[in-house]
Amino acid sequence: MSASETDASTPKFLADKYAIVGVGETAFMRGQGSGRTTRAMGTQAVRAAIEDAGLEAGDVDGMLSYSFNDSTFSPMIAGDLGIRLNFYMDVYGGGSSTEALVGIAIGVIAAGMCKTVVVFRSMNGFSQVRIGGTGARSAVPVSGDALHNRAYGWQSAGQMFAPSFMRHMHDYGTTAGQVAMVKVIHSQHAANNPKALYRKPVTVDDVLSSRMICKPLHLLDCCVETDNACAIIVTSADRARDCKHTPALIRSVVGRVCKPRIDMHYQHGPISTVAGYYGKDILWPNAGVGPEDIDITGSYDAFTFTTMLQLEDYGFCKKGEGGNYVSDGTMKLGGKRPNNTSGGHLCEGYTHGIAMVIENVRQLRHDVDDSCPVGADGHRQHTYDYSLGGCRQVRDAELTANLGWAMPGTGSAMVMRRG
Amino acid sequence: MALQGNYLGMDLTVDDLDIENLAYFGYCAEHRFHLQECTGCKLVRYPPTTACPWCMRAESRWVPIEGAGTVHSYGEVHHAIQPAFKAHVPYMILLIDLDTQKGKPSEYEALRVAGNLVTPDGNLAPAEMVAKVGIGSRMRMAFSDVSPGLSLPQWTMDGISEGVWRYKE
Repeated sequence: MSASETDASTPKFLADKYAIVGVGETAFMRGQGSGRTTRAMGTQAVRAAIEDAGLEAGDVDGMLSYSFNDSTFSPMIAGDLGIRLNFYMDVYGGGSSTEALVGIAIGVIAAGMCKTVVVFRSMNGFSQVRIGGTGARSAVPVSGDALHNRAYGWQSAGQMFAPSFMRHMHDYGTTAGQVAMVKVIHSQHAANNPKALYRKPVTVDDVLSSRMICKPLHLLDCCVETDNACAIIVTSADRARDCKHTPALIRSVVGRVCKPRIDMHYQHGPISTVAGYYGKDILWPNAGVGPEDIDITGSYDAFTFTTMLQLEDYGFCKKGEGGNYVSDGTMKLGGKRPNNTSGGHLCEGYTHGIAMVIENVRQLRHDVDDSCPVGADGHRQHTYDYSLGGCRQVRDAELTANLGWAMPGTGSAMVMRRG
Repeated sequence: MALQGNYLGMDLTVDDLDIENLAYFGYCAEHRFHLQECTGCKLVRYPPTTACPWCMRAESRWVPIEGAGTVHSYGEVHHAIQPAFKAHVPYMILLIDLDTQKGKPSEYEALRVAGNLVTPDGNLAPAEMVAKVGIGSRMRMAFSDVSPGLSLPQWTMDGISEGVWRYKE
C-alpha cells in the first residue's frame, strides 16, 4: 500500500453507486465522410444509447458534451429527441473529456440536479474539422502566447508531444520497434471488430517504413481521423437495475488531472512523465483495486507513444519499462491484460476517447460486438478464439481501466467493474 | 503598441493588452533576451506570465539572460502542417535547457526555451545541419527578424558537441 492510498483527494462513497447503462454510436467514416451534420450524428448516437439501455426519452434529463467548437450543443440534440433537460453543459475539450464528464455526471446526479445523464461527442473529424491541424485551421494568424509555439511550427498534436516521446527514448532506451507494437496489436484487435475502419493487420516493418511525420512519429504511429458520434448514459446503480443490460459500475474517476503549468508543462520535468503520474494516486485508492487487478485497459492511443506513457505512469509497469510492456504480448487479446480491444484510435476510429469507454462497457457485459454468432437468447456465443476475424471478448472480464489523454500535461481515467 | 509582422507568410501579432509579451518581444527586437525575475523568490520564469508560478507574487522585473544552453529534447518535422513551414522540412523544434537556473527550484526544472534550429543569421537550418543536432547539443541564441519591432528568439549550434543523442530507428 502506498502512502498516498490513505490520502485520496476524493471520497470513496460514490464507488459502485453509479453506472453506465447504455452505449451507442454511428459508423466510423472517412472517404466520402459522414455526409451528415454533427447534429444529425449526435442525435443518432444518443438515440442508439437510449434504446440500448432500454430507456425512453422521458427517462433522460441531463446531458453533457465536449468539443473543440466543432460540434452541436446538447440542448439541440435533446430537443430533437423530445428530451426535456433538467441539466446540461457543453465543455471545451477533446481527449480525456469522457472520463471527466462521467465524474461530473455522477456529481450532478448526487447533487439532485437530475437523474440520468447522456454524455456524447459528435465530430466530423475527417470531413470538416481536422484535429490533426490540417485543413482550414492550419493557416490561422498567430498571436500572443502562440508566438512561443505556433510561430515555430509547433502546432499539431504530434509536434507538441514529440519532445516527451523523444526524451523517453533517450532516458530509457525505448525503441521505435517496441512502440510500433502498439499499432501492430491494435490492428490485430481491429481485425475482430466489424465496425473498425482499418481492419488489416500491420507489422512492425509496416510502421517503421511508413513515412516520417514528426520524429519520432511515423504515419502509422498516428491515429486515424474519422467522422463519428458516440454516446453513453450514466445513472444511479439503483436505476441501472431496471435497464436492459448488465451495468458497468463506476468505481473511480480521475478528471483532467494535470502536471504543473500545463500550457508550458515542459518547464517541469521529467518531461517523459505524464499526468497519469499524479492521476494514479487518485484512481487506485478510490477504486480500491490496483493495476494488477485490471483485466482490460483502454489506454488512449492518439499515438502509439501515448498508450505506453500512460500505462507506465498509472503503474502497469515500472517507469521506463513501457517499451517492454507494450511489446511483450501482455496487451494482445489472449494476453494477460489486453488494451483497446476495439483497435482504438489507431485502427477503429477517433472520437476523442469515448469509443474506448463504450468498448469496455461492452466487454464488462460479456457481449462485445464481434463476429461470433448470436444465440437464441440474443447474446453472442463467444468462442474466445482470437485468430484474425474471430472473437474479441475477453473471458470473464470483471474490471477495466480507461486512461484518457489530452496531452502530456493532462489526462483522465476511470475504473469500471461488471455489475 | 501592438506588434505585427509577417513571418514565412504567416501573420504574427501581439496586441495592446498583452503587456508581458509586448515587453518580452520588445527586448527580442533589440536582439537582447530578457525574462521576468520574481521580486519575491528571485526565480526567473519562461514564457512571460502575470504572476510567479513558484510563489504567486505579482511583481517582477525584466533581467538580461544569457542565450546559452543544451538541447533537452526535440521534434524533427518531416511533414509540415502549417503552410508557412512546408518549404522548410525537415525543421527542428528544440527545447533548450538554459544554463541560467538549470536544476532550480528542483532538479526537475529548468528554463526550457523553445525555438527552431536556425543558421547564425536566423534562417531555418538546412537538412545537413538538422542531422547534426540532438539531445545534449550545445546551443546559443540567434534571432529571426520578422518586422521592425518583432523578432523571434531561435537557436543555433554552438560548435560541435560531443555525445549527442539522436533518434534512430
